[in-house]
Amino acid sequence: MVLTPERLRRLALWWLVFLLPLLPLAWLVERALAMDLGADPAQAIVQFTGIWTLRLLFVTLAVTPLRLMFRWAWLQRYRRMFGLYTLFYAVVHLLAFATFILGWRPDLLLRELSERPYIIVGTLALLLLIPLGVTSTRGMQRRLGPKWAKLHRLVYLIALLAMLHFIWQIRSSFQEQLIYGLILAWLLGFRLWKRRRRSRGARRQTA
Amino acid sequence: KLRAGARNEALSTAEKPAPYVNVITHNNFYEFGTGKQDPSRKAQNFKTDPWSVEIAGEVDKPGTYALEDLLQPHGIEERIYRLRCVEAWSMVIPWMGFPLGDLLKRFGPTSRAKYVAFTTLLDPEQMPGQGGFFSTLDWPYVEGLRMDEAMHPLTLLAVGLYGNALPPQNGAPFRLVVPWKYGFKSIKSIVRIELTESMPVTTWNQTAPNEYGFYANVNPEVDHPRWSQATERRLPSSLFSPNIIDTKPFNGYGDQVASLYSGMDLRKWF
Repeated sequence: MVLTPERLRRLALWWLVFLLPLLPLAWLVERALAMDLGADPAQAIVQFTGIWTLRLLFVTLAVTPLRLMFRWAWLQRYRRMFGLYTLFYAVVHLLAFATFILGWRPDLLLRELSERPYIIVGTLALLLLIPLGVTSTRGMQRRLGPKWAKLHRLVYLIALLAMLHFIWQIRSSFQEQLIYGLILAWLLGFRLWKRRRRSRGARRQTA
Repeated sequence: KLRAGARNEALSTAEKPAPYVNVITHNNFYEFGTGKQDPSRKAQNFKTDPWSVEIAGEVDKPGTYALEDLLQPHGIEERIYRLRCVEAWSMVIPWMGFPLGDLLKRFGPTSRAKYVAFTTLLDPEQMPGQGGFFSTLDWPYVEGLRMDEAMHPLTLLAVGLYGNALPPQNGAPFRLVVPWKYGFKSIKSIVRIELTESMPVTTWNQTAPNEYGFYANVNPEVDHPRWSQATERRLPSSLFSPNIIDTKPFNGYGDQVASLYSGMDLRKWF
């Protein structure tokens, strides 16, 4: 294999995209080891991993609009990585909640998972992410064919559930939730707009 | 900085107080932001001198008083109390203060005084949290107690903690501490105390009446609609021991205060 400048660039980019989403986690681990997460490190870790799950989900969902708007064809290649990182942060988030907040106490786990709407919605979003992660490989993509795209449309439902999970925790200030909600509205709205334009175009052609 | 006050052992818990650094960096004081560390970061230039307090409503001697004159006759003592936040965490804190009842008696409550309403300073210049567009809370912050709750010997007006004057993020220059109620009842940086005949409209109760009652007595049997109140995380916690303990009725002060509510349905009057 010859390392052409083009190949080298692509390799460097791959490593960059691979390492970048690990930075928040590295920062968190560093703070935790330095005992610098305040009086309630459990809450700090759960909040931090939660918000980064949502951010990475939005990054994943932003790939298509950005690719189309700026003709960044190269971006498409990294969508799987962003998606898998979303799943990774979501799993860390849930494990942190179960470990640090609930101490794996079976009575608390059962009650939280059965009685708290925002926990149920968040857990559901994570469970739905798992099949998407499992079927994210190129082989699975080939094997599932057209069903793959259909299955992966679940990500829109997941995004809405994750947003609901976030909104349900508002106590007084809704500033953050409003900002994230507007971004999600744009990410989903862009797709609806594209689809409507496409179907209108198609109708015009058949007429 | 405070006149050294003896500890009131009878009314203090033997549990281990949270380290000072945790007490002054883990605060819910939304006037300075909703993050736990916002108050310690944003309240450092908060001016508490001069400070005056209005005593109003159903009292013989209403008026506006300088804080020094208000505090002057009272001896300060230390009380180590448990503080249980409605968010299901708790801390043990050594307060310095004196009973609210002693102060109220000086101003002669009339026979029509059934409740006490407290108001926090309104000053968006100094309190950035009061200026936001995105808050569902109405400022200034208002809290209230029934008269018998206010006169109860456990109900404290705190002016310090850990032997020092209150830091601004903990409610300087003086605040309420009601240890058997959720922390939001213990209003900070008080500028007005009004004795009223009818139940005052309080901030959290007004914002979300289904989530925050007027009484807000600590009660493991009555969950917050969005989370359980059966247990609490005693802070500071470490990652290896989450410190989850069972929440006690009236935050463990039931022997002293349960009788105030005899005959009341505590599910209805949560």
